[in-house]
Amino acid sequence: MEVRDLVVEFTMGDGRPARAVDGISFEVDAGEAVGLVGESGCGKTTTALAITRLLPDNGRIASGSIWFDGEELSALDPDAFRRRRWTDVSIIFQGAMNALNPVRRVGDQVAEPMRIHEPTLTQAAALARVADLFEMVGISPERRREYPHQFSGGMRQRVMIAMALACRPRLVIGDEPTTALDVMVQAQILELMERLRRDLGLAIILITHDLSVVAETCDRAVVMYAGQLAETGSVSQLHDRPLHPYSVRLLGSVPDIRGARILPEGIPGQPPSPDAPVPGCRFHPRCDHAMSMCVTDAPGERAFGAGHRVACHAVTDEGRLRRPSELPLLPSAALMATAAATGADVPPADTPVLAAAADPLDDDADRDPRVTR
Amino acid sequence: MTAVSTAAPGRRGRRHAWYDSWAVIRGNRQSLLGVVILTAFVLIAVLGPFLVGPIDKAAANKPLLSPSMAHLFGTDRSGRDLFVTNIWATRISLLVGLVASLLSMIIGAGIGISAGYLGGRWDAWLMRFTDFFYVLPTLVLALVLAAVLGPSLTNVIIVIAITAWPATARVIRSQTLTIRERMFVDRARATGASSLRIMRRQVLPNVFGLVLANTTLTIAEAIFLETTLSFLGVGPKDSYSWGRILDESFAAGALTLGKWAWFVPPGVAVVLVVLAFTLIGAAFDEILDPRLRRRKRGAADPGGPDVTAAGGSLLSIESPSVPTSESFDRRGG
Repeated sequence: MEVRDLVVEFTMGDGRPARAVDGISFEVDAGEAVGLVGESGCGKTTTALAITRLLPDNGRIASGSIWFDGEELSALDPDAFRRRRWTDVSIIFQGAMNALNPVRRVGDQVAEPMRIHEPTLTQAAALARVADLFEMVGISPERRREYPHQFSGGMRQRVMIAMALACRPRLVIGDEPTTALDVMVQAQILELMERLRRDLGLAIILITHDLSVVAETCDRAVVMYAGQLAETGSVSQLHDRPLHPYSVRLLGSVPDIRGARILPEGIPGQPPSPDAPVPGCRFHPRCDHAMSMCVTDAPGERAFGAGHRVACHAVTDEGRLRRPSELPLLPSAALMATAAATGADVPPADTPVLAAAADPLDDDADRDPRVTR
Repeated sequence: MTAVSTAAPGRRGRRHAWYDSWAVIRGNRQSLLGVVILTAFVLIAVLGPFLVGPIDKAAANKPLLSPSMAHLFGTDRSGRDLFVTNIWATRISLLVGLVASLLSMIIGAGIGISAGYLGGRWDAWLMRFTDFFYVLPTLVLALVLAAVLGPSLTNVIIVIAITAWPATARVIRSQTLTIRERMFVDRARATGASSLRIMRRQVLPNVFGLVLANTTLTIAEAIFLETTLSFLGVGPKDSYSWGRILDESFAAGALTLGKWAWFVPPGVAVVLVVLAFTLIGAAFDEILDPRLRRRKRGAADPGGPDVTAAGGSLLSIESPSVPTSESFDRRGG
């Protein structure tokens, strides 16, 4: 699958458009797992909703295209697209535990996509496949006659995964599939998805703000910031040689299990709101590498090595992130850089100072554009 | 998540729900009374006609007899036994109430769910259509329709169904509006379900309880309306209902004649049946809104924890389960 220059706009209450996703491009190969990473509100979920055409009424794909297996998905008419749903691309929702209908048996719900897309399927065959799917995700098949309230959160997540696989799709989008689950269950679910990917040759797009999850399960990652691509590359490239200051900071926000017992650095400030876009590079108000150029010009994407792309002015043409001391920094960035170097508290900036990426329970919901409806 | 502890083997799920509902009805004296009254009337409606035989032909007995062992409610002006007539009328009145409410539920739920789910222009048009019927005075509309369609049983059922659905449609629509925003509807859309399918498979099961609760109240209304229509002379002329008996007694001046057994039994029957359905409707409210249930149960529960007896500790947890009377006994001993 390939996403090309995708732009998603929401019409706000006052009629102005707000760009939640602004020209993002990436591709996912067959059988590949790609992580879509970024803070809350940077357009990850919106990208997923755009791919699956589940944007709320006030949102639309303003430009760009989505291709699946050489066919332009975004150009299909609604009815043709409806028939392709779930058979090509299925999605495991954020907070999937609420995505089950409370008054219907889970087995019937898992079977429903099959009934929609394969009308010739007999009752017995559908039941057999539900039993297989349950077995695959580690639920005993007898439980298909139970109702969602009889399942625990992790089990419901497994049911959702079983449902996502019901029509044997080639790509599954997991929108924070492990949010709101405890760490043990998270690990089980991720392991399950990893196993299914190997066994069924699925391609997976994993949307998360948890870099450790991406490092464990994905081949490649796309780091998004404020609706734009900051950096993309293989997980090892991003981990060993992150180029964008945002990626560097994101990685710095994860506590190191072997390192010193210090609190992770975090990133001061919050991502900009899509209805008040920042000029130039969108990250510059929070960046400790920010130069005057970053305020005026948006950085273009540049490629370094195999599939490693980054959009940042501070990266040299050889593919090295210059140190802040080598750059003609902006005053605010200089303050941040000194603070980082000396280990002092982050000085109060124009934007509220928050360790934004450090809160794993923070959820996209509060920034969901749907709320404005 | 917490439900795991109560997770009974799945097969018992539905039976459990029935049992729960019955427990609520049994626990509430009023709704129990409603069920008892209704059961009695249903038995009369189903079995009664077989026991008493067909309604007498005109002039089978002497007209205007007073109640006696031979004719429990006496006879009417044409000499029909009124007890027999009332038994048959029970069947007709309940039948009209049931079928008419069923029809009105289908119309009301259909329009309510469509308007709520489809939204936008559909919602606007369907709701204006509903409002149109809603603002017309029910009785006037029913009278006009009944007069136009003609006085048969089927027509009366249709008339009642047409006048009773708008209230249901409004209630169902508002419930649908909240269901529509739930995530499982998005999920169903993502799986490629059509709007019709989502309405049928996702929305309907979720509003069904409300539909059911509404039906009980609508049945009472329908029976009442049928009685009124019959009393006003536009009811079915091909069968006897309580309303028709009342109409005939009124026309014959039963009140001035002192023939109380002619008009009291059908009147009491209407009151009792309407009362029964209202009581059951209240119980449905409780079944559908477990919060209401728990509050009541909690208030009535005398076995709450006695803090003073717990030896001064404000909170003590002795077993991982919710404290039962047993665990309190253990603490005491």
